[in-house]
Amino acid sequence: MSTKSQSLFQPALVSEAVKQAFVKLDPRIMFRNPVMFTVEIGTVVMLLVTLGLLVKPDAAQGSFGYNFTVFVVLFLTLLFANFAEAIAEARGKAQAESLRKTREETPARVLDANGQESSVSSSQLQKDQIFLVEAGEIIPTDGEIIEGLATIDESAITGESAPVIREAGGDKSSVTGGTKVLSDRIKVVVTTAPGESFLDKMIALVEGASRQKTPNEIALTILLAGFTLVFVLVCVTLAPFAEYSNTPIAISAFIALFVCLIPTTIGGLLSAIGIAGMDRALRANVITKSGKAVETAGDIDVLLLDKTGTITIGNRKATHFWPAPGITEAQMVEAATLASLTDETPEGKSIVELAGETRRSDVAGLRTRLQGAELIKFTAETRSSGVTLPDGTRLRKGASDAIRQLAARANQPFPQETTQRVEAIASNGGTPLVVSQNDQVLGVVELQDIIKPGIQERFERLRKMGIKTVMVTGDNPLTARFIAEKAGVDDFIAEAKPEDKMTYIRREQQQGKLVAMMGDGTNDAPALAQADVGVAMNSGTQAAKEAGNMVDLDNDPTKLIEVVEIGKQLLMTRGTLTTFSIANDVAKYFAIVPALFMVAIPALGALNIMGLKSPQSAILSAVIFNAIIIPALVPLALRGVAYKPIGASALLRRNLLVYGLGGVIVPFIGIKVIDLLVGVFL
Amino acid sequence: MNNELLSIGGIYLVTLVLALPLGAYLARVFRGEKNLLDFMRPVENGIYRLSGIDARREMTWQQHMVALLTINLVWFLLAMLVLCTQGSLPLNPDGNPSMSPDLAFNTAISFLVNCNLQHYSGESGLSYLSQIVVITFLQFVSAATGIAAAVVVFNALQTRTTEKLGNFYDYFVKSLTRLLLPGSLLIALILAFNGTPMTLQGKQELISLQGDSVAVSRGPVAAMVAIKELGTNGGGFYGANSAHPLENPNFLTNAVENIALVIIPIAMVFALGFYLKRRKLAYMIFGVMTVGFVALLAPTVYYEMHGNPAIAKLGVDQALGAMEGKEIRLGAAASAYWSITNTIISCGSVNSMHDSFMPISGMSQMLGMMTNAFYGGCGVGLLNFFAYLIIAVFIAGLMVGRTPELLGKKIEAREMKIAVIVTLLHPLLILAGTALTAHLYASNPTEYSGWLANPGYHGFSEMLYEFTSASANNGSGFEGLGDNTPWWNISTGVVLLLARFLPIVGPVAIAGLLARKKYVPESAGTLPADTATFGVMVLAVIVIIAALAFFPALALGPLAEHFSLY
Repeated sequence: MSTKSQSLFQPALVSEAVKQAFVKLDPRIMFRNPVMFTVEIGTVVMLLVTLGLLVKPDAAQGSFGYNFTVFVVLFLTLLFANFAEAIAEARGKAQAESLRKTREETPARVLDANGQESSVSSSQLQKDQIFLVEAGEIIPTDGEIIEGLATIDESAITGESAPVIREAGGDKSSVTGGTKVLSDRIKVVVTTAPGESFLDKMIALVEGASRQKTPNEIALTILLAGFTLVFVLVCVTLAPFAEYSNTPIAISAFIALFVCLIPTTIGGLLSAIGIAGMDRALRANVITKSGKAVETAGDIDVLLLDKTGTITIGNRKATHFWPAPGITEAQMVEAATLASLTDETPEGKSIVELAGETRRSDVAGLRTRLQGAELIKFTAETRSSGVTLPDGTRLRKGASDAIRQLAARANQPFPQETTQRVEAIASNGGTPLVVSQNDQVLGVVELQDIIKPGIQERFERLRKMGIKTVMVTGDNPLTARFIAEKAGVDDFIAEAKPEDKMTYIRREQQQGKLVAMMGDGTNDAPALAQADVGVAMNSGTQAAKEAGNMVDLDNDPTKLIEVVEIGKQLLMTRGTLTTFSIANDVAKYFAIVPALFMVAIPALGALNIMGLKSPQSAILSAVIFNAIIIPALVPLALRGVAYKPIGASALLRRNLLVYGLGGVIVPFIGIKVIDLLVGVFL
Repeated sequence: MNNELLSIGGIYLVTLVLALPLGAYLARVFRGEKNLLDFMRPVENGIYRLSGIDARREMTWQQHMVALLTINLVWFLLAMLVLCTQGSLPLNPDGNPSMSPDLAFNTAISFLVNCNLQHYSGESGLSYLSQIVVITFLQFVSAATGIAAAVVVFNALQTRTTEKLGNFYDYFVKSLTRLLLPGSLLIALILAFNGTPMTLQGKQELISLQGDSVAVSRGPVAAMVAIKELGTNGGGFYGANSAHPLENPNFLTNAVENIALVIIPIAMVFALGFYLKRRKLAYMIFGVMTVGFVALLAPTVYYEMHGNPAIAKLGVDQALGAMEGKEIRLGAAASAYWSITNTIISCGSVNSMHDSFMPISGMSQMLGMMTNAFYGGCGVGLLNFFAYLIIAVFIAGLMVGRTPELLGKKIEAREMKIAVIVTLLHPLLILAGTALTAHLYASNPTEYSGWLANPGYHGFSEMLYEFTSASANNGSGFEGLGDNTPWWNISTGVVLLLARFLPIVGPVAIAGLLARKKYVPESAGTLPADTATFGVMVLAVIVIIAALAFFPALALGPLAEHFSLY
């Protein structure tokens, strides 16, 4: 999608975010973030002190200019933190709006109870109303087809140009507002009330009004509040300590110490990180119904994946013709093609394809021979299909035991080689189809599942994340096992019925594991609801979409893997920035503590290991560093810390080294550099 | 000098060699498996029958805490009664008077919380009956209380989902019968054979070499000293504690006492590993604790062995180290080692006067109490560590991209809240207490001149040390402080109570909440808590929360003093 390449700071978004940064100074909004709220109180105190100095200079508090500078830096700290949140919101909103734009006002042809048609604006469509759409028209709103079938261009939503077929009744009955009908005519029932579509809900989530803190965010906020309280204590008790030691400390120094020690970096970026997580999901074309769902995705232990479309490309395909002894390949291919030409199943089509493309059979010529032939459809009893040509030639293809019965009845041999071939194909995960002519065995057609290229690597990646992958398939256990091994999934559910998924999910959950799955059909709905993360395909039924907690606009079954990584990134970004923020305190202590006492207790100058120029420049450098580190980390907060599946222990080591050790070292350098610059002016 | 270092290395090594099998043994005891001391079972059953306890009834964490708190209340009342009436009770050969109610209150609280802020001198302040049924008794049961609480946490951390966490009385009584009583007996015998008194007779009159007549206090000293160390209580029989030649006659008894006081805290860490069958986890915890311990020990030993530059300037030889306030028979290194082992675990016994230590040593002692989790007190050290562990797990868990889990249990807002309160409490009590005192003193130095023997930086250290000691339930003191005044009695008393029971209830509550949660099997994506990397994380959390919060205070006390001296 084109939006993916968009830069982090688009001018339009930035100006909106700057405006919002001031709006968010409102204490009623600030109160939601305890860390930054205390900074706001500190800033107000600094403002009062500065104003006080204007009225009555006080040497103990330092010059007006110095105090004013501290105030400005603190004020900027607040603005930077607000800006971080605002830019994340603006980006999320812009992303959602670009999706919403696709559904501008369009007239809808609404049918009333008597079948009378009237034109209503799309924004006024009510839930359960029925409308008509025909080829060339835009679908006015989300709904479910109740009558008809149509090809639809969904590129506005998915970016995929190939049209898709949607029809009433099946698992592909949902249509999305803003997409275009290319052919035919459908009757659609409106499934969402105006302003309540998933996209609307998502925009509301991003905008903050209905954004709720996720459990992890709450726990982290408690921890950060705890840290803040410790430093309140440190700073408040410092006053009597200083009183005892006869070391007067200016108010600005107290506030600077406090603001620097409390975790403002993570406090300022916390909500931006959460919003950016949802935003990243949206960029991957996944609509999340809550921030919690994204977070939970990071915790997933078990991933249920449908075989078809996820692990293998579409359906089984013919890959090989194996003639029986004494039969030429041409003879066998001809018979197999004739038996399949009228077969509309994907398997049948693939036999014709293989014959035409790789064996250069004259498919068109063969087709003429079918004139007046009798078609034999596949039934569960005969377990074979084919044609009887006008000359009476019986051509059949079917399961090996079905053909074996035919041959036995006609006293025809079933060649030993063919039996071996059938077994070999089955044990390779393929499906053997035996071809016969007048009950004489001609050979075997091998059908194989084609495993998607690159899927093994993805599963390997998941395994390193500690996620167990489970393949769900209707195949028999033998075939399922083969494909599972070949694709590298950890487990499989063979001959799966919809309720099997549910049972599997429940069993894993009882062991304390979190399960994610993707589904589209109505019979997937219970399992989607039961799963901890249920991603419904946008093409799926309304029931499925309601049941899941995410909707994938691309209908891409491998999307689950991306969603898991987005969740992990979100948690990691919080963890690493918390570590960074707290590790910064070491350097800040060494900048400010000597500055507080150096004048009264010269011996403590020994603690000034950074060699900062003066107490005032030390304090200014520390608060300036504290302020600019927030915008400096905004890109990281929005993009997220890169997730590498290298095992938890290695990941911890890496992040601890980068953000922990880095968090200790960077401020030493940063504060020293700022001190050198500030020193020029002081 | 090298011999001194070798000897403290030897003491530590012997402690380890003994602690490892002791840990394995304790795990068997508390798992209820067959063990060496099963012959004590009839005694235990007798106790249960006598007190009408069903020791097989499993308790929830709340029931555990109710049991713990009520039994503590009963002991407190008993202690008050005896101390206030000891003058007219038997076993009082020296005719010591009853305690005043406020002093009795202070003393009872102090020993109830496994601390020993002794505002009396044992020789003249207590009868033998009080020494036995109040002091020695509380030294046993308060240690057993801590161990039992830690075992509740062990039980809760198993890989299952339950509300039932064993029986408090079972853990408590077994701590006594299987560990503290037999261990104390052994130590008391060694002490008695080395000259520590063990008698119920009163003072002994003797004529000294100078011809003066001296009355030497005696009593059931060996028995009490044994449990004072083993139970990490630290309250001495004599006012001078283990610096007194009758409490600690020679280098051997010094070594034995020093081993006794750290062995249970270390063994409990190993016991955790054996109990949960997660030995690597125990080694990680032990590793973190040991790194912290050595980081505090090394500078202390260094500065004590290098003497005091101010005294050196006077022309006094400092070859033996800074010997002011230390016993010649023990030496600088062994005194330094003792002082750090006694402050990292909450055992407040002393064999030298901490007030006279070099400033950096004094700071190390305070840091040992401020972190309060490097080995830590009997059982409670692990509980404190557990709170830090929760915070470390939370941050580290996020860093690997999962909702944080400890041993397969998710850490969520409630656990976080409790862990934050517990870790916050300690700096709160220390800093607020010191701040109030500093303010009182600074606003009226003449009225409170009796408080501080040394004004200035050292005086500040004395105040800071007193509150740190109280909050860590340690009990040792920077002796320059005039602490027998209403302000000190009341303020430290309050601190003692809060700092004892909240840090027990908090971690047990967290463990109880975790035990109820579903167990999530570990996978490649789960944060392993038993690696060195995670150990670094825990250590960083302890240093940043517990140590750095005191940085400004330490700068005004020991650091200012140090940099002025050197």
